[in-house]
Amino acid sequence: MVNAGFYLKRFYTIVRGEVLVLPSRIIVALFFIILLGLPLVSQNPYLIRVVILTSIFAILAASWDLLSGFTGQMNFGHALFFGVGAYTSALLNIHLQISPWGGVPLGAVAAVLAGLIVGIPCLRLKGTYLALTTMAFPIILMGIVFALPDLTGGELGISGLRRLSNSLLGNYYIHVVAMLTLCTIMWKITDSHTGIIFHAIREDELAVRASGINTTRYKLLAFCLSGLFAGLSGGLYAHYMRIAGPSTLEVSMSFSVVIWAVFGGLATIYGPVAAVFILFPLLEFVRFWPEYRALIFAVIVLIILLYMPEGLIHWVRDKIEKECPRCKIRNVATRNTCRICTAALD
Amino acid sequence: MNIIITGLITGSMLALLAIGFSLIFGVARIVNIAHTAFYMVAGYCIYVLSVKLGLHPVLGMLIAVVVVTVFGLLAYKFLIDPIREHEAAVLIATIALAMIFQEAMLLIFTGDYLTVSALIEGYFILFGVKIFYQQVLTFGVVLVLLAVLWFLLMKTKLGLAIRSTAEDREVANLMGMNDSQLAMITMGISVALAGFTGAVIAPLTVLSPYMWMEPLILMMAVVVLGGLGSIKGSFVAAYILGFTEALVVFLIPKGAFLKGSVALSIMILVLLLRPEGLFGIVFEEER
Repeated sequence: MVNAGFYLKRFYTIVRGEVLVLPSRIIVALFFIILLGLPLVSQNPYLIRVVILTSIFAILAASWDLLSGFTGQMNFGHALFFGVGAYTSALLNIHLQISPWGGVPLGAVAAVLAGLIVGIPCLRLKGTYLALTTMAFPIILMGIVFALPDLTGGELGISGLRRLSNSLLGNYYIHVVAMLTLCTIMWKITDSHTGIIFHAIREDELAVRASGINTTRYKLLAFCLSGLFAGLSGGLYAHYMRIAGPSTLEVSMSFSVVIWAVFGGLATIYGPVAAVFILFPLLEFVRFWPEYRALIFAVIVLIILLYMPEGLIHWVRDKIEKECPRCKIRNVATRNTCRICTAALD
Repeated sequence: MNIIITGLITGSMLALLAIGFSLIFGVARIVNIAHTAFYMVAGYCIYVLSVKLGLHPVLGMLIAVVVVTVFGLLAYKFLIDPIREHEAAVLIATIALAMIFQEAMLLIFTGDYLTVSALIEGYFILFGVKIFYQQVLTFGVVLVLLAVLWFLLMKTKLGLAIRSTAEDREVANLMGMNDSQLAMITMGISVALAGFTGAVIAPLTVLSPYMWMEPLILMMAVVVLGGLGSIKGSFVAAYILGFTEALVVFLIPKGAFLKGSVALSIMILVLLLRPEGLFGIVFEEER
């Protein structure tokens, strides 16, 4: 009993000292709590469905950020990884009767291979060349999918997949927990030694190479990691929608990923996640006005970008927090002195 | 024979689009995803002017080009110029712009396929293949346009300014060239080219709000294959891809599905051997 009290107190201290000091951390904590507690408040199937789809796309957008935001390898064909993940797990499920629990990870492995296949030729390309070349890959695969209708179902796709769980709540928790875990892992990766190298490659690849780091290996690693997470989200999507169709490979899919990530703010991981959680439900809830949906979406994106070209989350973060000029620790915007080194904040 | 004609027409269309796209990329470093959306808008303008309002088609085409150019300049001034510094944001802004055009057209004209009548009816038969006069006309107009563009770029002061800015923005700026004004003019030329493409292609194809997607991808393939910022490269690459597409469609069963794949595979293969494209200049790494 005493022990429990001790841990509780320690937990409270950590929460007060580490989480409650910064508004952005409070928001993240609230986000976790609200998502995990949502079914206790409402079990509206439509709401649950929207949240599940949002979670799946949040993984996808964050995985794009891992590759393009951090490493600076502009990938305009992210739908490739999503589609490969979706089609692989769907084919395994339909033709070999592998359960989704095995199929989704195998789909992710296939997406990693796709990442290698795309990554190796693209190592020699930079910037806009890279962006335009990567865009070609999902379209090539789409042509192949259409040309082999017996295997892939052609335009109709592969339907009748099994879901991960048959209950509403089971599905909800599988997808939401998967999203939270995977995004935390991605955030941890970008925060690690590897993540710093990724970031450095974006800033100045020549300098990184001059420091004796094999940038080729790290760029391929970024492609594979990004492919892994995008493949997972593709598999989850296929099994949740119970269909893997060519729409997963469309150009508009690649574009939406880019829009989400840039809208939220590049090189943050949480930015794209937040952007998906703002934009996707927004798009769903204006469905009573179906013909104006995409128009509203595009106009909102355009206007937000005009005022916050760095992305929404960067902008919000700069408003509610400021950086200590001496120790580079972030503080609440209302403070006058830094909470660590007590230097005056401007 | 059919292959040659289809290849020539597709190639010409791609060449015009790709040159416009690589012009604005070279001068202002703007990747304008909305480029082919302007081409679609031009097609619809012609439809409205010549079919709905009954204007003479040639007049309709000229007005359409002007309208599209004005659209392009407005879009540049109010949407792209304020965020020029943020490359990613510009990219998204142009994607959003393209989506706005697509949705606006979808709302106004619905998703139905529309057609524009040809300027000259009729056809003649050469080696047993029907060749429509409209096809010959389109090809002729494209060649004339390319010649005009070449003259503009190579023989005039404006062309010199555009080329030098594309080569090195900072030095061009130091030599007294107004960078942002030049970008504006180039945007105008580039969009006008897209408009012209729409104008000459409209009678040969069907109009739909989604017609910008397919040429967009091929256009990008052409630009990358030919080398970014190289007009000659775009021209050659456009015909290479145009003919490949035509060959695949006519010779391989189910080729219509694979035409994009084959064209893009060729692009990737060439890039593996020459990362800067066929005629690309290796840009000094910009830091």
